[in-house]
Amino acid sequence: MTDKTTIIVHSGDMDKVYSALIIGNGALSMGMEASLYFTFWGLERLKKDGLEKGPLSKMNMAGLGKKMINSRMKKANVASLERLMQDYKELGGKIIACEMTMEIMGVEKEEMRQDLIDEYGAVGTYIQEARDSKITLFI
Amino acid sequence: MSEQKIDVTGETCPVPLVEARKALKKASPGDVIEITGNHPASKKEIPMAVEALGLELVDVKEKDGIWTIKIRK
Repeated sequence: MTDKTTIIVHSGDMDKVYSALIIGNGALSMGMEASLYFTFWGLERLKKDGLEKGPLSKMNMAGLGKKMINSRMKKANVASLERLMQDYKELGGKIIACEMTMEIMGVEKEEMRQDLIDEYGAVGTYIQEARDSKITLFI
Repeated sequence: MSEQKIDVTGETCPVPLVEARKALKKASPGDVIEITGNHPASKKEIPMAVEALGLELVDVKEKDGIWTIKIRK
């Protein structure tokens, strides 16, 4: 069986979603399978037009800090979250959306990026994914 | 059997690694992928991925900070 990486994306902060997608892409690139399980604030990033909308986890300063980091990232030629997400999907990465969070936040499937989501699940789905995984992270 | 060249010069983590993997995924067995870039960590990480994928690392060259890695699927 192929090695696997499973990541819980609990945070919706821009920098943390970057970490999750970079690690996910890295795992796929190095021959592993990968699953990203979006829950709580992370789920916000799976809403339509939501992927790039997260604040910085530190020094966001009402968006000013994010603007600064974004311009530095552009200078360093860092890929956008959308591009990383498209690459992740192209390499066969799996996206799971937490159903309970959708219920709590009052989010309907129609509001979500259904083009990205492979599965809607709960804790059992995560455990099933994680028990076969060599790497599992909570971000 | 074909040979494909990819240029990731100026790209940073994780793009060189991801582009290498995307090209390898599309390639047929026996095809050669040549990837050129200047992101320092990718020069050692792409060969690590090649080994993990069980593919053949044909050649790694570097000149003036620009490296070229050849991989056979």
